[in-house]
Amino acid sequence: MARVVVDVMLKSEILDPQGEAVLGALPRLGVNDVASVRIGKRVEIEFDQNAQNVEEQSRVIADQLLANPVIESFTVSIEAA
Amino acid sequence: MTRDLNVAVDTVGVADATPDEKQPWAELGLKEDEYQRIREVLGRRPTQSELAMYSIMWSEHCSYKSSKVHLRQFGEKNPRTPRLLAGIGENAGVVAIDDHIAVTFKVESHNHPSYVEPKQGAATGVGGIIRDIIAMGARPIAVMDSLRFGAIDHPDTARVLPGVVDGIGHYGNCVGLPNIGGETYFDPCYQGNPLVNALSVGVMPRSRLQSMQASGTGNIVILLGAKTGRDGIGGVSVLASATFSESGEGDARPSVQVGDPFTEKLLIEVCLELFDAGLVVGVQDLGGAGLTCALSETAAAGDGGMHVDLELVPLRAEGMEPQDILASESQERMLLIVDPAKAEEVLARSRRWGLLATAIGTVTGTGRLVVDFHGQTVVDVPPKSLADEGPVYNRPFTEPNDLGLIAVDRAETLPRPATDEEIRQTVLDMAASPNLCDKSWITEQYDSSVFGNTVLGAPHDAGVIRLDERTGVGIAISLDGNGRFARLDPYHGAQLALAEAYRNVAVTGATPIAVSDCLNFGSPEDPHVMWQFERAVTGIADGCQKLGIPVTGGNVSFYNQTGREAIHPTPVIGVLGVIDDVARRIPLGLGRTGDTIALIGTTLEELSGSEWAQVKHGHLGGVPPKVDLDHEMKLAELLGRLAGTEQLAAAHDLSEGGLAQALVEAICHSGLGAQILLPEGADPFTYLFSESSGRVLVVIPRGQELAVRTACEQRGLPITPLGVTDANTDGLHLRDHFDLTRGDLEAAWKGRIGSRLGE
Amino acid sequence: MTARIGIVTFPGSLDDRDAARAVHLAGAEPVALWHDDAQIHGVDGVWLPGGFSYGDALRCGAIARFSQVMDTVKAAAGQGMPVIGVCNGFQMLCESHLLPGALVRNAHLRYRNRPARLRVETDRTAWTRLYEPGNEVVFPAKHGEGRYVADEAVLDRLEGEGRVVFRYLDNPNGSMRDIAGVTNEAGNVVGLMPHPEHAVEALTGPSTDGLGIVASVLAHLSEGVRR
Repeated sequence: MARVVVDVMLKSEILDPQGEAVLGALPRLGVNDVASVRIGKRVEIEFDQNAQNVEEQSRVIADQLLANPVIESFTVSIEAA
Repeated sequence: MTRDLNVAVDTVGVADATPDEKQPWAELGLKEDEYQRIREVLGRRPTQSELAMYSIMWSEHCSYKSSKVHLRQFGEKNPRTPRLLAGIGENAGVVAIDDHIAVTFKVESHNHPSYVEPKQGAATGVGGIIRDIIAMGARPIAVMDSLRFGAIDHPDTARVLPGVVDGIGHYGNCVGLPNIGGETYFDPCYQGNPLVNALSVGVMPRSRLQSMQASGTGNIVILLGAKTGRDGIGGVSVLASATFSESGEGDARPSVQVGDPFTEKLLIEVCLELFDAGLVVGVQDLGGAGLTCALSETAAAGDGGMHVDLELVPLRAEGMEPQDILASESQERMLLIVDPAKAEEVLARSRRWGLLATAIGTVTGTGRLVVDFHGQTVVDVPPKSLADEGPVYNRPFTEPNDLGLIAVDRAETLPRPATDEEIRQTVLDMAASPNLCDKSWITEQYDSSVFGNTVLGAPHDAGVIRLDERTGVGIAISLDGNGRFARLDPYHGAQLALAEAYRNVAVTGATPIAVSDCLNFGSPEDPHVMWQFERAVTGIADGCQKLGIPVTGGNVSFYNQTGREAIHPTPVIGVLGVIDDVARRIPLGLGRTGDTIALIGTTLEELSGSEWAQVKHGHLGGVPPKVDLDHEMKLAELLGRLAGTEQLAAAHDLSEGGLAQALVEAICHSGLGAQILLPEGADPFTYLFSESSGRVLVVIPRGQELAVRTACEQRGLPITPLGVTDANTDGLHLRDHFDLTRGDLEAAWKGRIGSRLGE
Repeated sequence: MTARIGIVTFPGSLDDRDAARAVHLAGAEPVALWHDDAQIHGVDGVWLPGGFSYGDALRCGAIARFSQVMDTVKAAAGQGMPVIGVCNGFQMLCESHLLPGALVRNAHLRYRNRPARLRVETDRTAWTRLYEPGNEVVFPAKHGEGRYVADEAVLDRLEGEGRVVFRYLDNPNGSMRDIAGVTNEAGNVVGLMPHPEHAVEALTGPSTDGLGIVASVLAHLSEGVRR
């Protein structure tokens, strides 16, 4: 069984209001030495046992559905069965 | 990164020394004579930064160079009214409500960005119009939107519509503004060019009216709000420096602006606090053209000049060059002009809200806008040359050749339903059609009640907001357009939209007092489009003159076309009305059982451009319904008089879908049924589906019929009794013809948007 | 002397003015409190209003939990001070562990704004003592993340201890067991998703049922919790 992890992140030039808000809250936890926080999505996909072209199919899923290519980028990594 | 950071910045000195440097003015959208004019103004070639600024400020979007000659009509024909405190040319028009309170409102388009990235495009459209309202000194109190998409079953509509609605909802809900209505239409002509027009309205004490002037030598220029990133640098700065960089790849792709309504909410609170404390001399929002526009407009409006040190601007991205910073469209930023003695307090109050505020320059007496970057001068220009003295075009316009043919292709000649059963089915089919069906799938995604002052919201004809809890004084706003009518006849089509918005306001009991418009058209370089534009503007200007209400501002959106196919000309009209006590508002519905249902106005055989012609025949031809603005004024006066008295229980405007649709909506909105008897001799189909203008369905409490009839007759307004409301009638009983149960009506009318979008 | 109800404004709070209006209309005195000020200025009760504090970043209410004022509110709640959280305020109370459970994305995944019919399940809280159990009230519900979830053991305990305060009659968001609002063991802390402060005037709201919330806390402050 192939397990694929897709990480979706906002592209670096796109504003991440969530990350900014978390960054702003850190001093209240006593953490003052963080320069940047960016928040993304992790998606775990499990393919059927005998699925073919797992990586290619995962890229299609990521590109067409999981990520919005206008503002987001993604990485696909395949974990051993 | 493909740009070499060691490349020297293009300064004024470098520009002087290299007069023959080739510059990408054409790629930036400037014409050769425009580029030559820039050289004349400066007496040298522009620097990269200057070239970027001129290309932005002289673009159609910022300079109104194609529309200006026609928009002048608004100023020339506007009725004089002491209510108008600020008009065209300001961020938004400001109208006095009473001796103490003023209201500012404006509608603006964000069409193209909403097609590229529907959610963020629509969200930043809402954010932008809200900042226009803040810049006048007002607290934004509501938003509305006018949306047009391609065919509802087209796969791309399933991408664009939910994204746009999500964007408007997310931004408006999070910034805390009630969405009080608007309109949504579908037509294949908007397939590649959806229209997203957003309106915002704000309220202020009259004394808080703000100015955009950068005046007072020595005053400090403060940038307030979000950091500046590479958002929406529509290729401008990259292209501006293209010849200076050998490599043309890399980050050249324009990036989408992302809005942060949380920061916008803080901007609202901080700006209002600063205004109230009298800490601000001048203010301007940063909109589509970013710092470029805000700096040049405030400097041009002031009496001196301005000096800015650009490296002080807080940045979100690395490696931004001066022209990037000047062109960035990062959202949620405002520019403030502040007395130096008060600057520290401004910074402190901003900090208290957790909002970034940075002094980036000073007002000077030089008459020049000078921008330095790390001590090197990259911009040195007369600010008026950017903001006020851009090119003006008198573009050729000619009537489209097909208009004569279209005019004779009348919908009145199309085959009609003949039997009662066919008409009955037509009522259901129409109620279920995308433009007429229930829109709550959309409006339920918007907060409508935050602030606790929303008296009427969607699906009422107009939104009504209370301004003052003590006096009850309030406003009503409606936003209307009809691209089909305007395609058939842009002059009268625009007036029909104006008349409808005016009537929608009047139907709530409010008195219409001012107009804002959003003019959505194809390419101004097409003489046929330009003709449509000229006709529509003239129609609005003439109509407003007649109605005695001024156009206070608005927005022009050209180039809404794919290839040679332009959208229908779509002027969207926002009308603002005032009501002295919102408790007097007239609701939608059917009143109480036993009340009389009547129709004010005249029903003619007017089917061209109608929804019926569209839904049943996919037809667009003939001439649109007649407009009678004298009649509209009398009707509005009557409704204002009856509002809040025992003589009127409910009212509803007749528009798309005619009487049939108005009855369906009134029944679905109330718990009652309706027994209707059409006037003797009336053709049922025509009477139910004609879209004659100037008609209102009214519900008159029992015993008041004579008084209302007399009031109508005194004003020369025809009134026709149609029937009674009845708790024991299930739905609509059209005597001698057919019955439609509430179940039939709701099954047709409700839940259509979601299911057609595949949900 | 009339009771003073503190209403906290966080960055991104939206319904603070509306809460103040409701408090005022019901005959109490609203007092503005600030997220960054640990003082609650001697108020008799605290209202955490709706909105999108800190932009709802991470999870709704997750960042507000760390504000100065919340430390004080938590301590005061522990001593029995009446505290109500509405919408985003309910989310803060759950994030702060003053109330059990969590509010997650609506089952239909959209923000939805509709008047919600609710059944009052208990009058044994500081904020509902003037309602009768079984009363039906209508408050606007408007949120994207209002689906109440907790594990079965917690839900069973809440039910067993009579700590479900409001239940949806037409569940708008997929909340478990139709729960719209809950209370703590002592009955002084109440959280609910629908907005009573938007149901205080016939002119602007779907009902005036929300006035009973403030009226209840006034009765509670003068007479104590009904047991």
